[in-house]
Amino acid sequence: MDLTTNMLSVLIWLPIFGGIAVVLLGDGRDASSGRAVQMRWLALGISLLTFIMSTGLYYSFDTSTAAMQFVERAPWISAFNVEYYLGVDGISAPLILLTTFITPLVIISSWDTIKSRPAQYFAAFLILEGLMIGVFSALDGVLFYVLWEAMLVPMFLIIGIWGGERRIYATLKFFLYTFLGSVLMLVAFIYLYNKTGNFNFFSFMDVQLSLKEQQLIFIAFLLAFAVKVPMWPVHTWLPDAHVEAPTGGSVVLAAIMLKMGGYGFVRLSLPMLPDGSEYFSGMMIALSLIAVVYIGFVALMQKDMKKLIAYSSIAHMGFVTLGFFLLWSTAGGSGAELGMTGGMVQMISHGLVSGAMFLCVGVLYDRVHSRQIADYGGVANTMPKFAAFMVLFALANAGLPGTSGFVGEFMVIIASFKANFWFAFLAASTLILGAAYTLWMVKRVIYGEVANKNVANLLDLERREFVVLGILALAVLLVGLWPAPLVDMMSVTVQELLKHVSQSKLAGL
Amino acid sequence: MHGIHLTIVLAPLAAAIVAGLFGRQIGRAGAHWITNLAVGSSFVLSAMVLKHLYLDGGQAENYSLYTWAVSEGLRMEVGFLVDRLTALMMVVVTFVSWMVHIYTIGYMHDDPGYQRFFSYISLFTFAMLMLVMSNNFLQLFFGWEAVGVVSYLLIGFWFKRETAIFANLKAFLVNRVGDFGFILGIAGVVMFTNSLDYATVFASAGSIAAQSVEVLPGIPWNAMTLICILLFIGAMGKSAQAPLHVWLPDSMEGPTPISALIHAATMVTAGIFMVARMSPLFELSETALAVVLTIGAITAFFMGLLGIVQNDIKRVIAYSTLSQLGYMTVALGVSAYSAAIFHLMTHAFFKALLFLGAGSVIIAMHHEQDIRKMGGLRKYMPITYWTAVIGTLALIGFPGTSGFFSKDALIEAVRESHWHGQGAVYWIAYLSVVLGVFVTALYSFRMFFLVFHGEERMDKETKSHLHESPWVVTVPLILLAIPSAIIGWFTIEPVLFGGFFGEAIRVTSEHDVLARIGETFHGSWEFIVHAVTAGPAVYLALAGALTAWFLFLKRPDLPEKWAEKFSGVYNLLDRKYYFDDLYIKGFAAGGRRLGLFLWKSGDELVIDGMMVNGTARSIGRFASVLRRVQTGYLYHYAFAMFFGLTLILAWLLWA
Repeated sequence: MDLTTNMLSVLIWLPIFGGIAVVLLGDGRDASSGRAVQMRWLALGISLLTFIMSTGLYYSFDTSTAAMQFVERAPWISAFNVEYYLGVDGISAPLILLTTFITPLVIISSWDTIKSRPAQYFAAFLILEGLMIGVFSALDGVLFYVLWEAMLVPMFLIIGIWGGERRIYATLKFFLYTFLGSVLMLVAFIYLYNKTGNFNFFSFMDVQLSLKEQQLIFIAFLLAFAVKVPMWPVHTWLPDAHVEAPTGGSVVLAAIMLKMGGYGFVRLSLPMLPDGSEYFSGMMIALSLIAVVYIGFVALMQKDMKKLIAYSSIAHMGFVTLGFFLLWSTAGGSGAELGMTGGMVQMISHGLVSGAMFLCVGVLYDRVHSRQIADYGGVANTMPKFAAFMVLFALANAGLPGTSGFVGEFMVIIASFKANFWFAFLAASTLILGAAYTLWMVKRVIYGEVANKNVANLLDLERREFVVLGILALAVLLVGLWPAPLVDMMSVTVQELLKHVSQSKLAGL
Repeated sequence: MHGIHLTIVLAPLAAAIVAGLFGRQIGRAGAHWITNLAVGSSFVLSAMVLKHLYLDGGQAENYSLYTWAVSEGLRMEVGFLVDRLTALMMVVVTFVSWMVHIYTIGYMHDDPGYQRFFSYISLFTFAMLMLVMSNNFLQLFFGWEAVGVVSYLLIGFWFKRETAIFANLKAFLVNRVGDFGFILGIAGVVMFTNSLDYATVFASAGSIAAQSVEVLPGIPWNAMTLICILLFIGAMGKSAQAPLHVWLPDSMEGPTPISALIHAATMVTAGIFMVARMSPLFELSETALAVVLTIGAITAFFMGLLGIVQNDIKRVIAYSTLSQLGYMTVALGVSAYSAAIFHLMTHAFFKALLFLGAGSVIIAMHHEQDIRKMGGLRKYMPITYWTAVIGTLALIGFPGTSGFFSKDALIEAVRESHWHGQGAVYWIAYLSVVLGVFVTALYSFRMFFLVFHGEERMDKETKSHLHESPWVVTVPLILLAIPSAIIGWFTIEPVLFGGFFGEAIRVTSEHDVLARIGETFHGSWEFIVHAVTAGPAVYLALAGALTAWFLFLKRPDLPEKWAEKFSGVYNLLDRKYYFDDLYIKGFAAGGRRLGLFLWKSGDELVIDGMMVNGTARSIGRFASVLRRVQTGYLYHYAFAMFFGLTLILAWLLWA
């Protein structure tokens, strides 16, 4: 089997079949049984293998072309011209790498903290991984939609089975929000199919659409993607979902699943609906800036660490959508590439940083079984190593230069200044707000005298936890100190995308 | 030279990493040896770089190390610009840092976080060097924020203390307010030049100044004015200029060595350095310079006044630092950039000396910092005493000391700055710096007399243990006292009038006040004679010192009486002009209230309550209606089917 021709299929199906194997082979509910131990090793092995294979994606990736790479194409449902059509470019490849990078870390981090049905738990993450990679590489509308919806199932189970007390409310909210959003996306795909005769994304891009059509399809897509990002005001499912999700679920949700929304905008909305996007760009920028400022203030007052990080995610994702929709506000498009690249870098960085933050909360939760800020204080006294990691990730979350958190924000702020001084002004307020909510939490949790008996009895990081956080810390620093490889991977694709987006579809009508 | 530059920067970083990550393995001695060795080498190499550039006539170097990222043709790079301005800063930073490293061996001797402390101060040295050696705005911002973070970590070094972790959060957030402006300024630079590289940006300075932007619709602003003011907001945060000064006094919660290194000699002067580095930009906006001048003048005078009523030995020096930073800012405002850097240098020596001296006193006093409980320490601590004499004289500008040369030149420059002469700004600035001399001498000698002279007010227990500090503490004091005393004498001529900075600092000829002063400059001795015969400054300093002597040694009953009599003024000063109250009760509490409001009313009530759960409830109600339909009786379903089919048939027939 030639890996470069089947690379994407391998990356999708290896974890999915691996996950199924883990479910079938794993039996009991008992985490301490020998079989359960074997199963988690198997799950880890599969996820690591997937990661190692995915590095091939990086090494064989041609940064000089915007064309799809690693393309696989076969008919699937011939009656409707549905294809099994995969491929990646500079937008999706980094996101796939993020997915394969995060998943093994999630498995290690949940190593022995999941007591009931561990095999099924690990299997759910493997299957989820395959489906997410599928979403990032699908180039056919039906395939995309099927994977997009299928992805919800394992996440639904992860929260619903291994979640906290109000998990049923949270899962329902999560499911309804995201499902209602994405159904309209399917309707839009069918509409486009009626125009083009197939579900190929490239024919969707080429088809002529009137402004009215573009506006309606934009709204249909918007509902699907805005919920996922999530953008204000359809964001309220996220804090609830995070609070109830087990640590691993939160990490995958924040690190990867939120990126689906941002990815949808660049893969579908912008290139397929240039005029619709232009029409709504002002609104998109406004919603993004509301996310940065409004959510920044809301995050400040959270009492639950996971909620705080969830709100901080919404604020950070505001930079993503802000960067994507700057094109039409800038003079002659100057700043558009910077903004879009910044938005995409921000997605990767947020994946690393928010994932790490949720893992940090998970480390505390495993020990004390509380997420409340008020239940902690002075953790640095008993967990110095942990404190060092937490402070580092908190600073990254606050956008410190030298960490990944800075790169995207910097590029987007510069780009938005080119568009409008006040965009930049509001966006840059994250320097203050982001530092305020993150470091205030650090002050109350990490610093101070030992607050209570629970904190006094805390044990510092185990080797397993140390390794996971250490790897993430290195990644956060690497992207912060040398983002060039990441940016280079994206740049040609972004340029091509912008060329596409700036061409009106109305001219031919 | 590139290898040397890189070694200067990376040696402290490597030492910081080793001391920080492997502190337990290398032990306490290992940590202080490796960091001292690294920073010591950096100092020696920096001195070589300065010698190469100044004495050997070496060329300034400007080169890129690596490309951080490229997007839309904007090259974001990491690189060094090493000219004489940089080299001077490198020497000052590494020298003071090294002294502090040595001193720390004694000061932090019993602290359980010994290795962590050395790791932090070495990391700080790395960050500060990255800041001063940068050749572009990106790396400048990196260094700028990195020193801020290390400052955050060090103010909160004793993280069990509630006051310390309050102060470090406050410091970081206030600095971030400045950085907010700073990053917008950088974004403005990119907007008009599409470059982050100093050389490219400076080369197109003229074209920036020729453009205008409308921040508020209909009101065109000069682009350069906007950019410079935004950049200066960054400097106001880092260099603690009013009204962003509030973090610096609180930063005294950190251990004393870092008060000397970060909050007196180096980091807080980053803003001054930055504006001097940006002189090609600031020169093109007189409006921005007027803003700089005004802010500096206000800080110089009003922060000095606060020093008079402080009783914590470190806080007195902190307010003095604020005031002196104001002096430097004033110099920037009158385009006397060289004078600002000159004062920055002398201040780094004598203020680090004063802080380390205060630390020595604090050790002797068993961590008592209230000067009302000291007194008469002169006979117990001779070395600390004599070095404090030198530091204090330098601070008040006693003729011949380093502080005299830099401050007097600065005051002269303000007087010469006629191009501001039309406005009130000029008079405010001039009055501030001149009257500030009196204030400086008053608070300096108040502290000096209360600590070292007069009645011994400490308790018996403390008194019985009073003794001079160990050599690791006193040697840095002596090594800092030497430049504090004499360096002005040798350096004033080249630095201010001899074109030392060359192309690094650019001044348009109509702004060049130093050139005008230089015309009448005939050597250091003449300069002293001139100051003593002509200027009011020297006499004001003397008057301040005498007033301090009278009030705090001769008639120590008077200050308290006056504090009661003029309680309005006293309270105003004691409460620091109510800035903290405004920020904490106003902005911080207001922000929290806004956050709570948006959360409870926006997210929970409107979005969740009405929209989401409202929809869910409606669906629920609809479902319960549907449930009623599902009765389970076959004839109901049959009837429904029949009814439905009829409807469909009817519709088909009609259509």
